[in-house]
Amino acid sequence: MWPVVVIALNTFRENLRDKILYNLVFFALLLIGASTLLADLTIMEHHRMITDMGLAAINVVGVVIAIFVGIGLVGKEIERRTVYTIMARPIRRTQFILGKYLGLVMTLGVNMAVMVIVFLATLWLYRAPVHGVLMQAVALIFVEVLLVTAMALFFSTFTTSTLSASFTIGMFVVGHLTMDLKGIAEKSQSETVKAVTNSVYYIFPNLEMLNVKAQAAVGVGVPYAYQATASLYGLLYTAALLVGACIIFQRRDF
Amino acid sequence: METIRIEGLTKQFPSGWPGRPPATVLDGLSLSVRQGEIYGFLGPNGSGKTTTIKVLIGLIRATSGSVELLGKPVGDVPTRRRIGFLPESPYFYDYLTAEEFLMFYGHLAGMDRAGLAGRVSRLLEVVGLVEARTRQLRKFSKGMLQRVGLAQALIHDPELVILDEPMSGLDPIGRKQVRDLILGLRDQGKTVFFSTHIIPDVEMICDRVGVIVKGKLLATGRVDELVNQGHTQSVEIACQGISVERIPAIQAMASRVVQRGSQSLIVLPGPAPLESALAEIRKQGGTLISVTPHKSSLEELFFQSQGQGQGQGSLAPARSATGA
Repeated sequence: MWPVVVIALNTFRENLRDKILYNLVFFALLLIGASTLLADLTIMEHHRMITDMGLAAINVVGVVIAIFVGIGLVGKEIERRTVYTIMARPIRRTQFILGKYLGLVMTLGVNMAVMVIVFLATLWLYRAPVHGVLMQAVALIFVEVLLVTAMALFFSTFTTSTLSASFTIGMFVVGHLTMDLKGIAEKSQSETVKAVTNSVYYIFPNLEMLNVKAQAAVGVGVPYAYQATASLYGLLYTAALLVGACIIFQRRDF
Repeated sequence: METIRIEGLTKQFPSGWPGRPPATVLDGLSLSVRQGEIYGFLGPNGSGKTTTIKVLIGLIRATSGSVELLGKPVGDVPTRRRIGFLPESPYFYDYLTAEEFLMFYGHLAGMDRAGLAGRVSRLLEVVGLVEARTRQLRKFSKGMLQRVGLAQALIHDPELVILDEPMSGLDPIGRKQVRDLILGLRDQGKTVFFSTHIIPDVEMICDRVGVIVKGKLLATGRVDELVNQGHTQSVEIACQGISVERIPAIQAMASRVVQRGSQSLIVLPGPAPLESALAEIRKQGGTLISVTPHKSSLEELFFQSQGQGQGQGSLAPARSATGA
């Protein structure tokens, strides 16, 4: 496992030196600025809006970084040919992929921890209630971020950065619409439409399963069993994408 | 013992279009490199040097043929602990300092921190980058990157060092440093395999050389054997006191004559008519200044090989001079 750790730590250092965490300043300004602007609303609405917006901002910032750093994670190494000297070392290609992934996960973890602290500080500043259920939403957002990172990494093992970004964004958007697709499949008279929408429903990840922000914003938690199932689903999908990325990367020529 | 053994290596890349045949970049290449020698892999741009090296490193897979490094098949991961590699025009993680960069590669080779610190300092000294050790690679010049790249290839004290165009982009001083470094590696008993298209570099330091053109090995052997084998030599005679243009006997023997004032230059197509020419000069009352035999250089061999590669439908087999 040692090479995985060496590559992960180097990737984490790369992310820090690329000033990726500067996004946190943007996040903090957005959150505090918007909360101040919304202060004219009634107390109840104001608190709910801050909570809603904070969770959404954590989600969006996490996913955006996962996509745009994730696609460069391996793609940049191939384009810049840094991968040549790494592959000449006694490490397996699988270890390289896992190391790069873990390195970005570490960055995203630190990023998310700081965002949550800023979010809780904003809630405290505006005397909004802090529910334990908020952490349920945050945990599932993190699972979604892990999954989106794996998507970006998967696509970047066999295509260009631009296409990887397009595919990942596409998969992310469709992933949030799979329930609607299922509905279309049930209502449609056409067998072709049923087949296509059902296929998309079963192939693409159901990202809405990981979205409990609306419940958390009003202080309503989801059952722990649901949280465990949704997390397991997200992590298994992530694992499948990583296995796919490893298989493709194992076979490709540089 | 053979450190590198390549047998019938072929690499084809798909054209990307259905119906179009694949591009054959390496075509049945065979060569071997012995332990402790410096082997120069010489060829023009696009001849397949980098592709061969990529196969050796495991960056691409051979379409057919077999490749062994240090007695193990090329994909063997633990063997890579014994191999150092510098790619052509290297680009490294530019956010790392030279020290961090070498530590990173040392860790990847399985070295521990304690042994690594001393090794990093020593190598930075060898490549002349001690003062730049805390500078990020993004601020390095091309020559400095090449040198830190060499240090990276040597950090784990490998037995076999594979270098792809190690002198490219270096000034004359830098090239001499790299040459000295390669010779130093041989003195330590290491095997060095390096590709280049710069002929003097090969002539100066290589024990053996292989000439690759269009994916085929056209000649391999010791440099002195290759440049003398089967190639016509010319002889230049410089003399004075006679006008060679008025001596038909010499005109008939020479491939070229040049008269400059009282001095004459006679170029003979080979050593055979030398004695007759010298006798004729003496007979005419001329004074001999010098006789210079011209051997064919590696450069001529290189161009001849290129001509073969371009001119023939089926390429000539590898000419081997393995008397070493």
